[in-house]
Amino acid sequence: MQAFEYANPTTVKDAIALLSDDAAVLAGGTDLISMMKEYLATPKRLVNIKSIKELGGIAKAGGGLRIGATATFDELATSTLVRTEYPSLQQAALGVTSPQIRNMGTVGGDLLQRPRCWYFRNGFGILGKDKDGTSLAPIGENRYHAIFPKGDAYYVNPSSLAPALIALGAKAKIAGPNGNREVGIDELYVIPGTNSGRELSLQPNEILTEIVVPAARGTKNATYEVRHKEALDWPLATASVALQMKGTSIAKASIVLGHVGPTPVMAAAAANALTGKTLSADLATEAGRLAVEGANPMSGNTYKLQLVRTAVKRAIMQAGGIKA
Amino acid sequence: MSKHHDELDEKAHPNSGFSRRGFLRGVGVTSGALGGAILTEEEAEAAQSAATPSGPAAVPITLTVNGKPQKLTVEPRVTLLDACRTQLDLTGAKRVCDRGTCGACTMIMNGKVVYSCTVLAIDAQGKQISTIESLTVAGKAHPVSQAFVKNDAQQCGYCTPGFVMATKGYLDRNPAPTTEEQAGKALGGNLCRCGTYVGVRKAVIEAAKAMKGAKNA
Amino acid sequence: MPNYSWPPMTTRKAIGQRLTRHDGIEKASGRAKYNSDLNKQDLLYGVLLTSPYAHARIRSIDTSAAERVPGVTAVTVIVKAGEEVNWQSQEIAAVAATSEQAARDGVRAIKIDFEVLPHVVREEDLSKVGNRATPAGEQVTGDPEKAFKEAEVSAEGQYGIPVLTHCCLEPHGQIVQWTPSGVNYWPSTQNVSGIGPDLAKNLEIPATQVKVHQDHIGGGFGSKFASDRWGLEAARLSKASGGRPVKLFLDRATELNIAGNRPSAFAKIKMAAKRDGTITGWESTSWATGGMSGGGMPPLPYVFTNIPNKRLNHSAVKTNGGPLRAWRAPNHPQASFLTCAAVEDLAAKLGMDPIEVFLKNLQWAPEARRESYAHQFKKAAEMAEWSKRWHRRGDSGSGNIKRGLGVGICTWGGAGHLSNCRATIHPDGSVQIELGSQDLGTGTRTIIAQVAAETYGLPVEAVKVSLGDNAFPASNASGGSTTVGGVCSSTRIATVNALEKLFEQVATGLNTTPDKLEAVGGKIQVKGDAAKSLTWAAACKKLGTQSITEMGQNDPKNPKGLNTQGVAGVQIADVSVDVETGVVKMNRMVAVQDCGLVVNPRLAESQVLGACIMSICGALMEERIMDARTGRVLNPDMEFYKLAGAADIGEILVHMDIREENDKRGIIGLGEPPTVGGIAAIANAVANAIGVRVPMVPLTPDRVLMALEEKRSA
Repeated sequence: MQAFEYANPTTVKDAIALLSDDAAVLAGGTDLISMMKEYLATPKRLVNIKSIKELGGIAKAGGGLRIGATATFDELATSTLVRTEYPSLQQAALGVTSPQIRNMGTVGGDLLQRPRCWYFRNGFGILGKDKDGTSLAPIGENRYHAIFPKGDAYYVNPSSLAPALIALGAKAKIAGPNGNREVGIDELYVIPGTNSGRELSLQPNEILTEIVVPAARGTKNATYEVRHKEALDWPLATASVALQMKGTSIAKASIVLGHVGPTPVMAAAAANALTGKTLSADLATEAGRLAVEGANPMSGNTYKLQLVRTAVKRAIMQAGGIKA
Repeated sequence: MSKHHDELDEKAHPNSGFSRRGFLRGVGVTSGALGGAILTEEEAEAAQSAATPSGPAAVPITLTVNGKPQKLTVEPRVTLLDACRTQLDLTGAKRVCDRGTCGACTMIMNGKVVYSCTVLAIDAQGKQISTIESLTVAGKAHPVSQAFVKNDAQQCGYCTPGFVMATKGYLDRNPAPTTEEQAGKALGGNLCRCGTYVGVRKAVIEAAKAMKGAKNA
Repeated sequence: MPNYSWPPMTTRKAIGQRLTRHDGIEKASGRAKYNSDLNKQDLLYGVLLTSPYAHARIRSIDTSAAERVPGVTAVTVIVKAGEEVNWQSQEIAAVAATSEQAARDGVRAIKIDFEVLPHVVREEDLSKVGNRATPAGEQVTGDPEKAFKEAEVSAEGQYGIPVLTHCCLEPHGQIVQWTPSGVNYWPSTQNVSGIGPDLAKNLEIPATQVKVHQDHIGGGFGSKFASDRWGLEAARLSKASGGRPVKLFLDRATELNIAGNRPSAFAKIKMAAKRDGTITGWESTSWATGGMSGGGMPPLPYVFTNIPNKRLNHSAVKTNGGPLRAWRAPNHPQASFLTCAAVEDLAAKLGMDPIEVFLKNLQWAPEARRESYAHQFKKAAEMAEWSKRWHRRGDSGSGNIKRGLGVGICTWGGAGHLSNCRATIHPDGSVQIELGSQDLGTGTRTIIAQVAAETYGLPVEAVKVSLGDNAFPASNASGGSTTVGGVCSSTRIATVNALEKLFEQVATGLNTTPDKLEAVGGKIQVKGDAAKSLTWAAACKKLGTQSITEMGQNDPKNPKGLNTQGVAGVQIADVSVDVETGVVKMNRMVAVQDCGLVVNPRLAESQVLGACIMSICGALMEERIMDARTGRVLNPDMEFYKLAGAADIGEILVHMDIREENDKRGIIGLGEPPTVGGIAAIANAVANAIGVRVPMVPLTPDRVLMALEEKRSA
């Protein structure tokens, strides 16, 4: 790790004042500290935000849910409120099968962690390019990479919670020197223009403060992750669904895929196919089939098409309580 | 938040070179904004670190490890694991992956298991930190450690302290697991290379029974 | 000559007991000190600078800025300007400093100008390795051409198993202190007695000047025999820093990249057979890499070595990867997988139960092991409920979860190594055993105590066992499953010798001669007349002030019937495959293993359990992933170099094949053999479940789904 100074503010205002291009926000640290050990992050100052009380906690708010940025996976996983109304979030949190990470990792940190693309982590930049500008993933080892690449971004968004939060229509509140703003969770992510760019829309002097999840109102929701291991492992593909019901039929559906694109992927065609229909295993299978429309897999990750089909089908069936 | 506090924070702008600690000492701080009483030196230090960055050179910190306050001098970049291993000679926790994956460095912080390789020592101030060394009381091994021995849940033993702490942390929150499958899933944050999981899962269940028995006794 | 032979099975008191390990509580309470745990006075920290490239020439190296970094005490250069590095993470320079952080700052401050050179890092496609393949020359036995021409049926396939890395949890490394009188050396080693001379040779000092001490080692698996470059550099750094001790242990990425790997193995295999399953011919073209030394041919065909007509070709492929090291049963897991997969494919083609095919072909196995295999297949099949659960390949129902069973086999040598033991009996009755050996976590300390306790008729707790110091009588390195045979035999001989001396001292007092005495139940007594006895303590008191110290040696050329070699084992895997995700779940693993006389069945079972889990990792998760273009290892971490967790292994059932006829052969090593057959068993179980061979392990979701896709489109 490169040497840095450490600040421990207790207010958002102080924290923002301490931030700059050369500073980084420290929450759970589960990604940042490792990035720093690899010299992939070399901030001159760390601003710990865990001492800012208002950034913590999970509470009911306006019929929905307010999740503080420093609330942990563990708090999400053990919240009765989350379990009863937003099982998709609880399932996503429990998908992080290490209790240590669940205790340390925060909601904000999950959303804002950097991609695990091994070219990026090996120092080839966020777009994973050789010094002559060649993208390495398409000609190299891409089993964990995107099947929905955007431009020359082949890494996958690593967030466990983003698919569920997006499917549920959640918003992120962001504080900066010029006040607060609110964006959709999907808007946290951008495609970097250059290999040294960032995939996050947050500015260096901004802090993600909280997540607001709208009222569930009986929305059936579930997250299904395909993981290789039971022990701590990254999902190979994730599907999160939220189904607004009208009687026994689906009034509106949202299906979001994780770990298959540089941002979470909205499976719009699959979601549309559910509208107005009654839940069934066949319908779930059909949605799974539609979810891979437009995919563009590479040499080593065609299998992710099947994983997406399965994850979408299983998430829908799980949300609807349909047995396989 | 009082106005007074805001003013202090403004004055303590990182680039001002203003020494918050000296200031607090100088005025004796009787304001209610910082807790309503005269601050102890430690509290003053903590308040100071709240608004003024520390480091990058080594700074004095106090860690509460196994119930005892420990004064150390560390650079902010030193992890809790390294501080415990090199400065406190608490070497039960091991450095293996050093990237928050394998669990060999597991400690319990404020009642919850964490990867100490991925916690900064300076960030662990004010927390109750338990290392495996705290499990031996008056020379008597903890029921979890005993269960690991009885079920031969270790070979080279390098991952073992991490597994023991992960088990302790799990049983503290879930005192009555009944199946080895539950036990296995509960330890998803720890890895072993020699392949001791069969014994480990048995040890978790047995330790749970032993600890429950101890409580009832 | 005294009678050193093991007491008969029925009369043993300490040997054969399911005791827990001696150092268990020390380890499980975090008190056990590994050398990587030691904090020495004035300790310095060493860090290596290693190559980011798979192949490069160093145009220039400038350490001057590093030397100025606060806290840095010394910098050494390993690869000089003009020289080449041949794999990523190869050691280039080393820095010592007063803190690890400062040492890392020092490494960062070293400036190197690299000229990047071409590399080859992938070997799975032999046609793409250019001139990196060196053919070993064809070996022909019998008339393979005729065998294939006359074959009633033939089967062929291509199979591959990648490079794995040892990933010892305690990384390689050491503390070294250079003093005027010699070097104090605290390594992490499997070779306490041999590593000192190795370091001395590299330092060009007399071997007598290196003191080695190690109480515990955090994993070795065959990769920790030598002092290595990092041992030498730590010593040089210590010398250059005025003799302050230097602690230099590898970080995880370096550990995975250069501190040991198991070579890959790929093979195209063709078999000729009769319709009844008898194999009549074998042809294999194999290739392997373990870095720049290439990779040797696995012993093919495995176990069925006497197939009458064979044609074998092998190429060693040089790749720019870290060098191979011995790994629990060098080349055997690869050979077992390649062979057993081919045999299972033949059985599937014939529509036969693979166990029948294995049994049918035991005629080609070494005669000495045939009975063992036959016995073990039967036992393993019973434990795995084979007759109830096995089905024809792919005949696993219409659901998405397909269950299947598969089998794999092993063989190994495992004769005891050269070992010297010093046994001391003190006048106060306490007894001590000293060996320059090591306990890798196999329970060496515990079994030595059991052997000594058996000889002396004392409780096991009464025996103090001291290992881990090169001041003790030398024992060979722990490799090749040779330790248990070696140290138990030398301990037996030393303790029998010491006991003889004790008998000589007390015989007269008991009105008898030494040859009439025995040590049983804490007493020295006249054989057949328990009334004439002395307690152990009373007998030892007669020594006056003079302790008895006797040596014992296991000479591998004459093991006196105490140990031998040659074992068999059978493993069966029971898996479920989710064909919608390609994820393989272990239901059950069964291992039946012979290792001759079993000193401690509990510890033996732990070895086998661990070996099964290692096989699960190898079959389903582990592989070193190299990037062809950049030459980098893409997963030098524990996140994407995947190891199974406690919930990934299913149920594991172990049966130690303890029988009179095995026991009477003496002790045979156990570390390696159970690591051999598991990968084959799991791969075969998956083929049985999903109806198609996944040619390459590990059986990751991508490979499983790809094989299913190919089957569908075929």
